[in-house]
Amino acid sequence: MTVKDIMKLCEAELVCGSPDREVRGCYVGDLLSWVMGRAREGEVWITIMTNLNIVAVAVMADVACVLLSEGCELPEETRAKAEGEGVCIIRSPHSTYECAAALGKVL
Amino acid sequence: MSETVKLHYDVDGDNFTAAGEASSEVKRALKQMGFPSELVRRVTIAMYEGEINMVIHGGGGEADVEISSEEIRIVLTDHGPGIPNVELAMQEGYSTAPDNVRSLGFGAGMGLPNMKRYTDSIAIDTELGVGTTVTMTIKVGG
Repeated sequence: MTVKDIMKLCEAELVCGSPDREVRGCYVGDLLSWVMGRAREGEVWITIMTNLNIVAVAVMADVACVLLSEGCELPEETRAKAEGEGVCIIRSPHSTYECAAALGKVL
Repeated sequence: MSETVKLHYDVDGDNFTAAGEASSEVKRALKQMGFPSELVRRVTIAMYEGEINMVIHGGGGEADVEISSEEIRIVLTDHGPGIPNVELAMQEGYSTAPDNVRSLGFGAGMGLPNMKRYTDSIAIDTELGVGTTVTMTIKVGG
């Protein structure tokens, strides 16, 4: 299963990066240090945080993509940084719970 | 790899959003050297947490990384206020971070615990009013 498949499941659009990476699981959280300590490599990280630091966390934790739930708007500086770091970000209009529940059926 | 590679970075204490640049560069360097991804992840998460701490609490500082075939050693030095109670600071959930930092998703009291979790050893040398030096090592293949 790739990020592209996750996009279909969550009706998500691609914000930046490549959606071709393999997905191994999912982690949900908005406290960045908590996410960094617990999320595993190759997981989809579902969050509503959009500040610049999510890019560094995504890079360090080496997640497959960041899934912004609730249709959260991404500031341009965060998008540009993510693009530069090669971080894939997708956005779904659905709630964090709905996204996680959808992924829970297939992951 | 027979020799030790030494990397040095200045960590800007005023730029919270730029924190992580040194860690990102270390990540790239380790990947290029062919270290396993899980080891790279451990090193860079521990270093990023340290970098964030230096920016939030220490007013910035310096990061030195030594990479050899046996271990990776990260030394983070700041000239901030020091840590009054290291034991307390090591507890998950304990934080003295200000509200503006918390609103960005940090300040959960996970920094030092994450650094301990992802390294093989951590030593904290701190003096009130003088600064703090955190030394972390991660064994290669350990």
